[in-house]
Amino acid sequence: MGIIEWATSPLGQSVPIHIAWFLIWVALIAGLLFLVLHAVYLRYFAKEKQFAAEGSPKGASQLPARIPRHSLTARLFHWVMAASMFTLLFTAFLPKVGVRFDWVTYHWIAGTVLTISIIFHIIHASFYMDFWSIWPDKADLEDAWKRVQRFMGRSSALPRKFAKYPLENKLYHGAIVVTGLSVIVTGVFMMSRVRTIFFPRNPYLFSDMTWGLMYVLHGLAGVGLITLVIVHVYFAVRPEKLPITASMIVGTMSREFYLKEHDPERWVVETAPSSTSGRRG
Amino acid sequence: MAVIRDVMPAFQLFQPSSIADAQKLLEQHGQDAWVMAGGLDSFDWLKDRIKKPKALVDLSGIEELRGVRTTSEGIEIGAMTTLTEVVRHPVVKEKYGLLAQAAELVASPQIRNQGTLGGNVSQDARCWYYRAGWPCYRAGGNICYADTPVGRNREHAILHAERCVAVNPSDSAPALIALDAKFVVQTPKGERVVDAEDYFVGPEIDITRMNILQPGYLLTAIRIPSTWAGAQFYFEKVRDRNVWDFPLMNVASAMVLSGDRIDRIRIAVNAAAARPLRLKAVENAVRGQSRTASTGEMAGKLAVQGAVPLQFNAYKIPLMRNLVKRAISGVQEAAWAS
Repeated sequence: MGIIEWATSPLGQSVPIHIAWFLIWVALIAGLLFLVLHAVYLRYFAKEKQFAAEGSPKGASQLPARIPRHSLTARLFHWVMAASMFTLLFTAFLPKVGVRFDWVTYHWIAGTVLTISIIFHIIHASFYMDFWSIWPDKADLEDAWKRVQRFMGRSSALPRKFAKYPLENKLYHGAIVVTGLSVIVTGVFMMSRVRTIFFPRNPYLFSDMTWGLMYVLHGLAGVGLITLVIVHVYFAVRPEKLPITASMIVGTMSREFYLKEHDPERWVVETAPSSTSGRRG
Repeated sequence: MAVIRDVMPAFQLFQPSSIADAQKLLEQHGQDAWVMAGGLDSFDWLKDRIKKPKALVDLSGIEELRGVRTTSEGIEIGAMTTLTEVVRHPVVKEKYGLLAQAAELVASPQIRNQGTLGGNVSQDARCWYYRAGWPCYRAGGNICYADTPVGRNREHAILHAERCVAVNPSDSAPALIALDAKFVVQTPKGERVVDAEDYFVGPEIDITRMNILQPGYLLTAIRIPSTWAGAQFYFEKVRDRNVWDFPLMNVASAMVLSGDRIDRIRIAVNAAAARPLRLKAVENAVRGQSRTASTGEMAGKLAVQGAVPLQFNAYKIPLMRNLVKRAISGVQEAAWAS
């Protein structure tokens, strides 16, 4: 039982046509298994989070009561992307597990919305947000190593508090970038195989082999997104993460949570309206 | 074209003698089972070695599935009733002549002697790319070979094409839709009765099937209510060879008139899309109108709204327009002599 379905083309060539659909269940089970194991680990085995330099830093009293975390634009992007992502996953995979409906039209429309929102996000993040805040830096890797050492019972200095985004967030974002761009790029080409309002159908744009690989990549990234979305929703509803989740709705988090989890030197927040330090995203 | 070989792939042959036994076998073998009625569609697939089922359930020994029975609500035709039996049955001829006309235009006398009503409505698409075993959408692949700039698509769909452009080739299906028939399907969860038009599915819903039959399902009977018994019927089939061919398009209508005014009407066409289409917009537009040439003209134009021709089948648009026009205005009587 392979993970790719093959067929013989009219020219006698063996070509991939799509992923094996049992991978949908593998992805679903992997996501659910992760959340069960993680929840059990946190409930019974995890030690309380400890950071170097506990306590309130200088100037903490000058911080606003609500710390701005996500601009309205960034929040709108996130929820538009979330809506299109859920639509894409449901329209892609429900028909494969027996729920029959006219899915193709909804799928390519949601894909178009996702594509436009991602293009917007890339431009917005590149020119109007702190672009590097979501990518792992040297401090993240050093702190991650310290956490691993301590997890294994070895002596190590305490890790620093997080910058705007913890390393897990950054790695998750990286995984979403890879899978998201894979489905988008392949999906845009695949739209030339169905009737849309954008371009005339041209199923001969690529060879059978290239098309097959494109369908396989689209499918693999798609089932990967099932797992990633489950993990994302799980973390969003975990009690200790609710302030972060709420900030994606209201745009801000409390000063106390900010000081408890984040390093004001790594995530600089404006302390007065006239200040220009720190860019929001 | 695929080469028809003499020897079919090996499979287990089951010949149940009751519906219950057949259903048990179908549930037991699930996706590996192939249901065979008259065998006219099945043997093509098997001899071409395109479909290779592990188990073949031959329904020909089930007497319960045969015959035309009159009921308090109309008639019930067993799914294994041959098309010849349908054509010759006195009640069908007298009250439901539309079905008799449609069934008599199926293929050739020999085929009608062997082919069944259930098989005729449940037969697979005739697209040659699909029948040749190419890995198209309908075969589980990711391309429609017929819907390309060079694809041979003269016989294909002009309406509701969704990735796959194959059409449903049944002649009896539009007649049954026009007669408001109900299809009785045995499923693992019990009996299900569906309207004729809901028995068929297009590629937008399920690109690998032409009807609602899933593994373990069995079409057992077709019930025709007396609602349209004795109405004015019209059936016309256009095909390349009048002695024996699949339809390029067909139309079926049942109409009740009050004077020259159309009181009630049901009309359906087939071979225009992957499923037979009931033309509800046409029915609504002509209901209450006089049965005249101008009403037929209007109906014909309405019927083809939204039609999108492929490279080689633009002729189907005027064909459908004229067939609907004739079905409404009744300019020409359907010729259906054997």
